[in-house]
Amino acid sequence: MKRAVLIAVPYFWLLALFMIPFLIVFKISLSDAALAIPPYMPTMKEGLGAMLSQLDFENFIFLTEDDLYWKAYLSSLKIAFISTVFTFLVGYPIAYAMARAPTQWRATLMMLIILPFWTSFLIRVYAWVGILSTEGLLNRFLMWIGIISDPLIILNTSTAVYIGIVYTYVPFMILPIYAALERLDESLIEAAEDLGCSRMKAFWLITVPLSKGGIIAGCFLVFIPALGEFVIPSLLGGSGTLMIGKVLFEEFFSNRDWPVASAVAVILLIILIIPIILFQRNEQRQQEAEE
Amino acid sequence: MNRLSPFNVVSLTFGFAFLYLPMLILVIYSFNKSKLVTVWAGFSTKWYGELLRNEAFLDAAWVTLKVAIISSSIATVLGTMAAYTLVRGGRFFGRTLFSGMIYAPLVMPEVITGLSLLLLFIGIGMDRGVMTIVLAHTTFSMCFVSVVVSSRLATFDKSLEEAALDLGASPLQAFRLVTLPIIAPAVVAGWLLAFTLSLDDLVIASFATGPSATTLPMKIWSSVRLGVSPEINALSSILIGLVSIGVICASLASKRHTLRIQREEREAERAV
Repeated sequence: MKRAVLIAVPYFWLLALFMIPFLIVFKISLSDAALAIPPYMPTMKEGLGAMLSQLDFENFIFLTEDDLYWKAYLSSLKIAFISTVFTFLVGYPIAYAMARAPTQWRATLMMLIILPFWTSFLIRVYAWVGILSTEGLLNRFLMWIGIISDPLIILNTSTAVYIGIVYTYVPFMILPIYAALERLDESLIEAAEDLGCSRMKAFWLITVPLSKGGIIAGCFLVFIPALGEFVIPSLLGGSGTLMIGKVLFEEFFSNRDWPVASAVAVILLIILIIPIILFQRNEQRQQEAEE
Repeated sequence: MNRLSPFNVVSLTFGFAFLYLPMLILVIYSFNKSKLVTVWAGFSTKWYGELLRNEAFLDAAWVTLKVAIISSSIATVLGTMAAYTLVRGGRFFGRTLFSGMIYAPLVMPEVITGLSLLLLFIGIGMDRGVMTIVLAHTTFSMCFVSVVVSSRLATFDKSLEEAALDLGASPLQAFRLVTLPIIAPAVVAGWLLAFTLSLDDLVIASFATGPSATTLPMKIWSSVRLGVSPEINALSSILIGLVSIGVICASLASKRHTLRIQREEREAERAV
C-alpha cells in the first residue's frame, strides 16, 4: 500500500506534466491553424472521433516545402557539430592537464571547473556581448596592440555562436574526459616508453584510446543541448544565424502559429533521438567495462 | 610526486583564463562610472545603487526566489521518491516508461519542454503565473534530483536497511533512521542543483508564465536584448558573488565532512 503511494506520486506527476503535454504537442502538430482561442483546430469539443478524422500531416509537408526550416535544421546540425569539435579541442588539453596535476590540487581544479556551471547561463553568455562587439574589449585590445587596424565584426555572426557554445559547454566536455583520464593507469604509458615508444606515440596509442569513452560522452553532452540551443544564437548570433530553437521560439511567440511550432518541435525530437540512443549505448558500454 | 610539464601548465592557464576572464571583466566593468560599458571612466558603485532602487528588478528577484525555493523543495521530495522506487522498488507495471520519463527531461531541449507545458496549461485553462512556473520547474528539476540521489542509493550497502528491518524497524523508520542519513549529502546536493536550475531558467519560465509573473532571468533577458547595460553588469556581479561564496562554502563543508568520516573510520579500526 505504502509502496504503491511511493511509486504513484512521482509517476503520475511525470505522466501529467511530461507525457501528456508531449502528446498534446504531437496532436497539435497534426492540426490546422485557426483564428480562434486556442488558435488551432480541431479541438476535443467536437468529440474524439471527429477530431481524429481531421488530423493530417499538412504541417510536416509544409516544413519540407519551406526552405527556411530545412536551412534552420541543417544549420543547427552544422553549428552543433562544429562547436562540439572546437569544445573538444579546447577541453581535452585542460582535462589532460588536470589529470596530470598533483593529487592535492585536483579537488580545487575540479571545483574551479564546476563553479561556472553553477553561475547563471544567461550571464555567462551575456558577458561575451561586451567583449565581442565592434567597440568591445577584444577589438579595442587587438587594435591597441596593433594586430588589426579596423575592428573585426564578430558579434552577430556564427563565430560568436561558436565561441558562446564552447565557453558555456566546455565543463561538460572536461568532466567525463577527466574522469576517464584520471582512472588511466600510468604504468601503461611508462611501459610503452620503456618499449621504445616516443612520448607522442604513447599518447596516441594508449592515452587517447583509453579515454575514448570519456571523449564520446563529452561530445554528446555538448552536441545534444547545443542542437536545441535558444539563448546563445539569439544573444550572440544576430538575425543572420539560423538555429531551430530560435525558429521555434519565434514561430510560437511572434507568428503565433502553434501547429507549425509543434511540428518543428516534433521533428527536432526525432533528430535528437539518434544521438541520445548512441549516448546511452556508450554509457552502458562504459559501465559494463567497469564491472 | 608528478610535476606538470610546461605544456600542461600552459593549457591550464589558458583554460582557466578562458573560463574566468569574461566573468572577471563583467565584474570589473560593473564598477565603471561611465554608462558606456566598454569605456573605463573611473570607479563607482552607482549602478549598484540604481539597481537597488529598481522596483521591477527587485520584484522579479523576489518572484524568482519564491519559485526556486518552492519548486526545488517539492522536486527534492518527488525526486527522492522516484530514485528510491527506481533503485529499491523492484518490478512494477510501467517501470520502463517511468525510468524513461525520469531521463528524458535531462536531454530534452528547453524550448520543447516549455512549449509542451504551455500547451497543457492552456489546454486545461489554467491561469498562468507563479504557480505554473513552479509546476514546470518542479517537473524538470525532480529528474535531476532523482539522478543525483539514485547514484548514491545504488552505491550504499543495502544490508544496512535490511538489518534495521530485521531488528524490528518499520519500513518508514528504517528509511528515516538509516537510509535518509546516509543519502542526506546527495539529497542536499539535489536540492541545491534544483534550486540553481530554477534560478537560472529563462526558456521554460518564459513559456510557462503569464502576464502576472516575471522572473529575474526574463527581466535580464528583455534588457540584454537591447545591448550591454551597466545595471545588468552590477546584477550579474552580485549573482556571481553569491554563487561563488555558496560553492566555496559547500566544498569546504564537504571536505571537512570527508575528513571527519576518515578520522572516525581510523578510530573505529583502532578500537577493533
